[in-house]
This record gives sequence, structure tokens and C-alpha cells, in this order.
Amino acid sequence: MTPLIEFRDIYKIYQMGDSEVHAIDGISMKVYKGEFLAIVGQSGSGKSTCMNIIGCLDVPTRGEYFLDGRDVSHMTDDEQAEIRNKKLGFIFQQYNLIPKLTVLQNVELPLLYAGLSDKEQETRALNSLERVGLRDKAKNMPSQLSGGQQQRVSIARALAGDPSIILADEPTGALDSKTGKEVLGFLKQLHSEGNTIVLITHDNTIAAQAGRVIRVQDGRVVYDGEPDIAKFATVAHAGDEDGENNES
Amino acid sequence: MNLKKSFMLALSNILYDKTRSILTMLGIIVGVAAVIILVSLMNGMTGMITDTFNEMGTTTLTVSVTDRGGSRKVSEADIYELRDENPQLLSGVSPSVTISRATVKVSGSSDTVTTNISGVSEEYADMKQLTVTNGSFLNYMQVQNNSKSCVIGTYIQKELFGASALGQSLKINGQVYKVVGVLEEKDDSGSGGSDDVIYIPYTTALRNSTAASISMYTLTAVSEDVADEALALIKAKLLELLGDEDYFTATSMAEMIDKVNEMTGTMTLLLVAIAGISLLVGGIGIMNIMLVSVTERTREIGIRKSLGAKSGAIMSQFVIEAGTVSGVGGIIGIVLGSVVAILVGKLLNLAAIPSVGAIVIAFGVSVGIGIIFGYLPAKNAAKLNPIDALRHE
Repeated sequence: MTPLIEFRDIYKIYQMGDSEVHAIDGISMKVYKGEFLAIVGQSGSGKSTCMNIIGCLDVPTRGEYFLDGRDVSHMTDDEQAEIRNKKLGFIFQQYNLIPKLTVLQNVELPLLYAGLSDKEQETRALNSLERVGLRDKAKNMPSQLSGGQQQRVSIARALAGDPSIILADEPTGALDSKTGKEVLGFLKQLHSEGNTIVLITHDNTIAAQAGRVIRVQDGRVVYDGEPDIAKFATVAHAGDEDGENNES
Repeated sequence: MNLKKSFMLALSNILYDKTRSILTMLGIIVGVAAVIILVSLMNGMTGMITDTFNEMGTTTLTVSVTDRGGSRKVSEADIYELRDENPQLLSGVSPSVTISRATVKVSGSSDTVTTNISGVSEEYADMKQLTVTNGSFLNYMQVQNNSKSCVIGTYIQKELFGASALGQSLKINGQVYKVVGVLEEKDDSGSGGSDDVIYIPYTTALRNSTAASISMYTLTAVSEDVADEALALIKAKLLELLGDEDYFTATSMAEMIDKVNEMTGTMTLLLVAIAGISLLVGGIGIMNIMLVSVTERTREIGIRKSLGAKSGAIMSQFVIEAGTVSGVGGIIGIVLGSVVAILVGKLLNLAAIPSVGAIVIAFGVSVGIGIIFGYLPAKNAAKLNPIDALRHE
């Protein structure tokens, strides 16, 4: 079976003055369809860079990235845009809704860029909003919704294009624990419906909800396996659980 | 991404931040309005000037000669002969003798009018398209016999007679003339207007004036097309008769109209150029706003890119937004400019109708400027790396 995501010795190196910073220092991994993967790590561990590369928002300095069997690390900007549009659905910590568009227009955006007809855009966006229980808020502006509702809108937007992978970057980071749980429950539900989910978090307890955990530290994978806190947390530094600063 | 939806999005963007949009559009509005107002007013003015000249007859040729004395002179017979020999070029001839500031009155009345008396031939009415509403114009016999007959304008009739003057007598510089015709009213019959006229036979006028010979002739060319040719013919004839160009001048009305048109044309061009500068400034305003807008909306661009917007889609969004802002500004400018032009035209009594050309050009230029000046920032926006754009605060 072809893995949905395959990293082959990926490096991401930033030039900081005279010194090189290896944000990702040789990561190889495979993620298969239907998995619920959590990438966990501290601030500066490289997990966000990892997610940016998975999401085709950034390109690796070295190495190859195959998405659904296709090498996407050497594609043109527009080809990557198409991959993001067709294969990926993003859920960001800061929701990243466009404030001057209505909830419905926000959810329609990926469909608009996919070139669907107006009518189809609306139907699918409304269906997507229905799934997150916000169909009645379609005509509202994002600013009129609570944080949890806005995050649900962004989930609806991620789902609208029916992507192969849902990428969630600290989706609960900006929410209180109750709404955070709701959102997490929603991701679990999506997983049970057969969606592939990649969750990025610094929080071990959240990572523990996933089916598989990859712990990243100093740009390398230090743990890959069952979400058994006792097992994967042993390699973590002390004080990691307090989750001070979030990367975004 | 279809065009209609892009426009709707651009429009909702304009409405989202009204103050900024209006400030952006202001330059374009003022520029477009200025172009339309100036062009309309200049058109109105040119039209008025041209009409005035046309009224005088575009085929009219005016000749004035100075008596050289001796054998070199021009007589009316020479001019008539010239016309008779060249019927394909010249149609009407009228010697013209003016008695300046003559005192005109009706016997037994103390009302007097001071006006210029024109001594002309019987052909003059046809040449100048004068219409006699009451009675008839001077005829050949009256001209030949130095008849003391006159044709008057409605102003004279109103001032001296009140009622119909036909068949009545009036005194010009003490001599009694019979009114044989009254001209059609042309304007509001003011003093010095085109109704303040008295025509008498030129032969009679010559007798009663101090001038020894006729120094002015009015001729008409057969058509506007041959006016230049006719003028050249007259000049050649006069040169032959007088031997020196210094002793005569011959001008055609068409020539003068051309000169006036040339002048007003140059002025229009100058004014339009000035208005064009304000349009350009408006365009630069749009570019500034677009640059700021791209910087401010970097995050939005990042979001759109993360959702799969290609560079082309981002670029067209910004270009369409710039084009829509300037287009809406252009439309407001057209409406404003047209209204102001028409109002000012009414005030100045000009037919200042905004020309379709001015509207099309002003609108085209404003949208064009918007698109051109929107393009550069849009290109920058489209090139942004998605993750850098997303991280932008």
C-alpha cells in the first residue's frame, strides 16, 4: 500500500547569520490512509516546520516528500497550490478565517479555488457547516461567533473540499479546555469516519488521544508508536507538560 | 474563479471599508470629473464661437481696399466683373459702405437712435441669409437709382415706431428714407445686437458719406469647398489691379473659423492635459492604497494560498479590486462631472453637453490606471511564500 505521506530524509535548514539552524534534521516517516497521527514536541522542536512541509506551505531544503505517491517537494508554486486545494484541509490554532467574509463565504473559499460552480460551492459549504452544526450561522460574520464556533467553521472549511488529509495545527491552543475537548472529540469523530488526520501539538495529553504519536525533538524523531503516555513521555524533557509557549 | 464572483467580492471589499475606498477613489473622481467638465465647457464654448461665425456665413469673403490714387484703383465694376467671369466660384457681391454712428429719428418725434448704417447691394440679403418678414429687401432699381429706401431691424422698429414701420419714413442724419422692409427678429433686440441694423443702397450711402470710393466688399463663394479657391482668385485680381499686396486685404470666414477652431483646440488639449495629470495623481493614489492593502492583507493572502489559491487567482483578485475601485470612482466622476458641466453650462449659457468621447476616454483611462497601478502590488502579493504570508501579523 502506498503511504499517504512519506518523508525521505527531509532536512529544513535556515541560515541565521553565520550559523545554520537545522529545523528538521533528517526525518523519515510514513503515514497511511485512515491514521490519526499526533506530532508532538516542544517549542522549536521542528514540529511546526514538519507540519508546514506536510501542508505544502513550505519546501524542504533537502530530501523528498511524497504525498499520495507523488513527489511534491519539487513542484511549482501553482502545482503545490492545487495539491493544497485538493488533498489538504487545514485547521489552524488562530482559526485563520477571513474577517470580512461571511461564514459561508469562508467555507466556500477552497471550493471557489477548486473552480466549482456557485451553486455547488454553496451546497457543499452548507453541508460542511451542517456537519459541524453551524448551518444556521452561515450568514454571520466570523467576529459574531465564539472562539469554539470559529474553530468549528475552520473545520467545516477544511472538510469542504473533501481532502485526503486534515492537518490540525494546535487546534485547541486558543480554546478553553471544554471547547478544546469538543473540538478534539470532533477530530476523533472525523477519524472514525475514515479521515486521515495529522495533529500537531505540544500537549502530551492531547497527543495521547491520537492513534499514533511521533515525538520530535531538535529536528529529529525520537519516538514513533503507540500513544502510551508512559512510553513516549519518558524521552521528553522534564517540564514539557506545562506547555508554556505555543508555536504557531 | 469566475469574473462575476470576483467583481462581487471586490465590491464587497470596497463596501467593507468605505472611508478608505472613498479616499482611494477621490483622486479618480476628481480627475475624471475635471476632464469631463473641461472638455464639455470647451466644447460648448467652441460650439458657440463656431455658431456665431457660421451665422455670419461660412462662405463669406471680405475684401477691403485702399485707394492708391492714379490709375491703379478698384471699382465696383471690377469686382462685379470678376464674379460674372467666375460663376463657378463666386455667387454674391455687395459693396459695403458704412456710415458710423448716424442719428436716426422719425420726423415730429424727439426719440433718436444712434446706430451704424450699412450701405449694401440688393444681393446682400441672400448672401447673409437675412429674412424680411414685412415688406421686401432693397431691389436692383433702388440700388441703381440711389433710392432713399431702407430696411430696418426689429430693434429700430420697436424703438422708433413701436408698431409696424413698413411704408413709414425715418430721418437718417437729417435725410428722409422710406422703410421698405423689416427684418426677422434675430436675438433679444438689444442695442448693438443683430436687430439694431439699418440697410440702405450702397450708392445712396456713398453719396452721403465722406468716403470718396468703396473700400469694402463682401462676396460669397459658391460653396464652402471653393471658398479658398475663390479667395485666391480675388487676391490675384486685386494684386493685378493694385500692383501691391499692401493695398488690400482679403479674408474668408472659413479661414477665420479654422483659426478659431485651431485656437480652441489647442486650449482644450492644454486643459485636458492638466486634467490628465490629476487623473494620473489619482492613479498613484490607488497604487499607494493597493501597496498598503497588500501589506495589511498579507495574512489574508496566506490564508487564501493555504486553501489552494494559485498566484493567478491572488493577482486577479487584487487587479480586479483596483480596477473596480477605479471603475466605481470613474462612474462617480462621470456623473459628477456631467452634472457640474451641465449646470455650469446653463449658468454661462453654453451648450456644455459632455461628449461621449470624453466620457469613454476618462472612464477608460481611470480603469486603465487602476489596473496598471494595481498590477504591481498584486504581483508582489501573488509571489508571497504561503507560510511567510500566514505568519505575517
